[in-house]
Amino acid sequence: MAEDTRAFNAASYYAYLKEGQLMGVRCRGCGKLSAEARPMCQSCHGRDVEWFAFSGRGQLSAFTCISVVPNAMGEKGFGRNNPYCSGIVTLDEGPRISALILGVDAANPQNIGTGIALTLQVEDQDRDRPTLAFVPA
Amino acid sequence: MAATISSAKRRHLGRPVSIVGAGLSRFGAFRDMTTRDLFVEAFQDLIDHMDQGIDVEDIECGYIGNYSSDLFEGQGHTAPILADWLGMTPTPITRIENACASSGSALREGVMAIASGMYDVVLVGGVEKMTDLPTEGVTDVLASAADGLYEVPAGLTFPGIYGALAKAHMDRYETSLAHLAKVGIKNHTNGALNPKAQFNTTLLDMMERRKARAEQQGQPVPDWRDEMDFLNDPRANPWIAWPLRLYDCAPITDGASCVLLVSSEIANNFTDKPVHVVGTGQASGRPLHDAEELTSLSAAREAAAQAYAMAGVTPHDIQVAEVHDCFTIAEIIATEDLGFFGPGEGPRAVDEGRTALTGDRPINTSGGLKAKGHPVGASGVAQVIETFHQLRGEAGPRQVPNTNLELGLTHNVGGTGGTCVVNILRRG
Ligand SMILES: [Zn+2]
Repeated sequence: MAEDTRAFNAASYYAYLKEGQLMGVRCRGCGKLSAEARPMCQSCHGRDVEWFAFSGRGQLSAFTCISVVPNAMGEKGFGRNNPYCSGIVTLDEGPRISALILGVDAANPQNIGTGIALTLQVEDQDRDRPTLAFVPA
Repeated sequence: MAATISSAKRRHLGRPVSIVGAGLSRFGAFRDMTTRDLFVEAFQDLIDHMDQGIDVEDIECGYIGNYSSDLFEGQGHTAPILADWLGMTPTPITRIENACASSGSALREGVMAIASGMYDVVLVGGVEKMTDLPTEGVTDVLASAADGLYEVPAGLTFPGIYGALAKAHMDRYETSLAHLAKVGIKNHTNGALNPKAQFNTTLLDMMERRKARAEQQGQPVPDWRDEMDFLNDPRANPWIAWPLRLYDCAPITDGASCVLLVSSEIANNFTDKPVHVVGTGQASGRPLHDAEELTSLSAAREAAAQAYAMAGVTPHDIQVAEVHDCFTIAEIIATEDLGFFGPGEGPRAVDEGRTALTGDRPINTSGGLKAKGHPVGASGVAQVIETFHQLRGEAGPRQVPNTNLELGLTHNVGGTGGTCVVNILRRG
């Protein structure tokens, strides 16, 4: 397939995300999966890696709701009175990844449960670098 | 106890290295001071407090930790400017950058430079000028210590990642908001005894002052009964990155620190009370999402194992420690990663007062980053300075009661665990 020839780097990772697909890499040597686009395996240093399509399903393993926001999130309207949720998602295939968590009540984090099932929902898909985001499944 | 400490290869220094002097600038927000001014202040403090003096010409080399003068004040290539302003050109000075562990790493570089046999007298330190930028700008600069491709785009900030760690710790163990608050109360109690601290006041005094100010201004006086009441009031202690609140976070600070390292063979030319660097360890870690555990920093466990192995001691032998409390949860996790307490036992140790100045394991007697302040690039060596003073018995009102102090430890974290440096010091 043509897309399998894409270079293993962030540009390709984001290009896939723009297409609505979370792609990581699998090491053909040791089988290690990564939800990041690495040209070299972090476990065995193998260079024979291939693109791996994640299902986009996972669960919320840890999270925070952020009220003092960086400039980029402030521009989207988040701030002290409108916090957003970011978390660590454990993908069904095993690896974990950091992502924006949408569709949860970030102003009442005590109501957000660790362990909830999530599904991929790419945010800002029209931008050059879309945001990896998940929503409750 | 000490279950989390793995074994590490035992490495040795080529020859012993000692600390013979220390200098600290004031810590706080100093509008008109730049990076160089702060470091000159710390250096002058060092010169003024050398037991038997020092000729600046005798300093052969320097390593200065600095996270980001580039982004904070638009100044790169800081090291030669510092050499110039200290009147030290052409002495080689190198800037070391490992985020908030920059000066912990700078100290290690200095130790290795002497241990190699190449130099006998080396200046190490750190400096950060942070307060020129508004809070949003500082938030962006600090976030750039995390992974810009795979963490920051998720909206994660520096407090955000520690917030996620705190949530994971709370899910797994008995950790509560009250435990976090107690770390802050303790560190401010210590900071009140430290004249160099940015917050040289207890939280109780801070609360009383806020009440008095409200009364003066004819506003309704809050009915806080104690620190816990104050900390539970969202108007006084708003969320930053749930479950972390304002008073769980170290402040934004300008400051500088430095110590003089020498070959132990010549330490007595400078002081009768040298402090020896007997163990040093450093390790790298992955982003939190790729960490083995969400409740511990692997780099801290590894750096500690290296330092303990080099020093030939165990966590049990450490009598006083300065740990990297950039957030209250970070102190709890640090005391577990260092093997002082078992995994998940950190919160109970705080409850029982074991980490207080008068406890069996005093932690952050300086006030920690929380109360003393956290000029990020300067913090690692500032921790070493507090330990140096404790081991020499010159910490004044915050001197720990143990009169048999031999061993102290510093734990300095860069970013959210990307780097950790652990140094172990022994009284000479
Ligand atoms: Zn592999």
